Amino acid sequence: MEALAALVIGSLVASGVYLLLRGRTFSVVLGLSLLSYAVNLFLFFTGRLTTGAPPLIGSGSDIMADPLPQALVLTAIVIGFGMTAYLVILALRARGELGSDHVDGEREEDAP
Amino acid sequence: MNHWIVAPLLLPLLAGMASLLAARASLRVQRALGLAATAALLPLAILLLLEADGGSHLVYRLGDWPAPFGIVLVLDRLSALMVLLTAAVALPALVDACRGADRLGRNFHPLFQLQILGLNGAFLTGDLFNLFVFFEILLIASYGLAIHGAGAERVRAGLHYVVLNLAGSALFLVAIGLLYALTGTLNLADLALRVAAAGPAEGPLLRSAALLLLVVFGLKAAILPLHLWLPPLYGAAVAPVAALFAIMTKVGLYAILRVFTLIFGPDAGVAAEAAGPWLLPLALVTLAAGAIGLLGSRDLRALVAWLVVISVGTLLAGVALASAAGLAAALYYLPHTTLVTAGLFLLVEGLALQRRHGDRDGGGLTPAPLPAQPLSLGILFLIGAVAAAGLPPLSGFLGKLLLLAAAPPGPQAAALWGVVLVGGLATLVALSQAGSRIFWGTNGGRATGPRLGFAALLPMGALLGSSLLLVLLAAPVSDYAYATARQLLAPGDYVSAVLGTEAGR
Repeated sequence: MEALAALVIGSLVASGVYLLLRGRTFSVVLGLSLLSYAVNLFLFFTGRLTTGAPPLIGSGSDIMADPLPQALVLTAIVIGFGMTAYLVILALRARGELGSDHVDGEREEDAP
Repeated sequence: MNHWIVAPLLLPLLAGMASLLAARASLRVQRALGLAATAALLPLAILLLLEADGGSHLVYRLGDWPAPFGIVLVLDRLSALMVLLTAAVALPALVDACRGADRLGRNFHPLFQLQILGLNGAFLTGDLFNLFVFFEILLIASYGLAIHGAGAERVRAGLHYVVLNLAGSALFLVAIGLLYALTGTLNLADLALRVAAAGPAEGPLLRSAALLLLVVFGLKAAILPLHLWLPPLYGAAVAPVAALFAIMTKVGLYAILRVFTLIFGPDAGVAAEAAGPWLLPLALVTLAAGAIGLLGSRDLRALVAWLVVISVGTLLAGVALASAAGLAAALYYLPHTTLVTAGLFLLVEGLALQRRHGDRDGGGLTPAPLPAQPLSLGILFLIGAVAAAGLPPLSGFLGKLLLLAAAPPGPQAAALWGVVLVGGLATLVALSQAGSRIFWGTNGGRATGPRLGFAALLPMGALLGSSLLLVLLAAPVSDYAYATARQLLAPGDYVSAVLGTEAGR
């Protein structure tokens, strides 16, 4: 399961970084979303991978899942969601102000 | 427990929320609320500073959960200094904004208060994840403030800034996750203990987490090569926002100072001095790049923005020396450079407005009409330039002198002296060139821009005049800086204050 988790995170990060480096704001937004998914999974897995373990002490089970990463990942998801929403609005605003969806505001005709 | 420690968080939070509620009432109510809250922050910060100067770490356990299970706020000399500095920059910036800059867009006052909340929180928190949360609070507020007033330049610079910082936040979370996976804690004091006790097998991962943190904090502090967002953003922001942002890069620097003295200090076992070899080269390259950018700027606002990059390089050089004298020099230079650059941002906005001619903005360094108030603005510009270039008799000179004296003889000192002195020369050349263009190289036209009244001159005068105050109070301020440096270099006290005496190293 660890190998699968590592593969998933790795491919998410790779796709996220690829999209992040593109010149159009829409791909950048998508890239950042993928990157934040990868980071959220990574945070979640830092509590180690266990199956069927409740995050409670004294629940009768021998093994216990670490509840803290789950709390951290919730916070990170909320913050990431808010940020992405803001970025989408800002990208739309930039499209309106600069007349182009290029991250540097280059017009279609100037772009190489 | 001393409940005053949480007040610098509650005050701006409540003021920000009340100001949101008052949004429909009138701008006047929002202004009164904002000014009252920010003005109250100043005596509060002074009170906390006097409290912290007792030398002990004051710990505030939120919800009274014992550390390391609950989140703690820790007040020591460094965080008290940073909170005071935030209040000292925010009050003049807000007074200036109330002249009309706050009318350019909506929700200026709530965002301003939340930015202060984020800043104070980042300085006071004793928990790494909580530091991330406060970083996000101050960033969200700064995203809104940076594009306050809109316009193509602001939106373009703001977009770059937001994307870069979102990527930075992702890296921050990865570093936090790594540290948590390896040590099982995020409390800074507890992390210091666990990292020091880690086995050699965990060394490489701990060091990579440390360097990831350095990248993240370097992005916030605008250290080369992550500085390119700063000049366009600060140059395009409205003046009071740019002035407030003068302290925002210092948050990154504060975090570097805190994390790399407390957690990854010399006693950190396998991860000791993880950032050690990187800091001085990064500092010197940042300084050099700042000096080149300064000489190349064709706009007054960009000029001051590059001064921020130079100041970050200078401060990081002091931090990189990792000695009591080096840290103390950086800590003396910190209030000076923050206050002076904030004052200069306000001043150049006034100059740019008065030099406007035809449909051309007056910020460009081309011949333009003589400003309407050449005497008062000229004197303020002279004070700002002398302070920023590090000439006697103002505080920049003392700060640089302390820094140069702190470098131990050797190749380090040679590089430091060379870059700091040549950087100072470049600052002097750039600022005197700008000054002579503004006040002597005029095109003979008549100024049409608005004259600045007392309400405009007071904030910039107070910020720039603080350089004089820092010289008059040089002995107590440098004593405080030395005491802070010694406190930072003895992380065991921090650990035992947070976790209880028996846990201290």
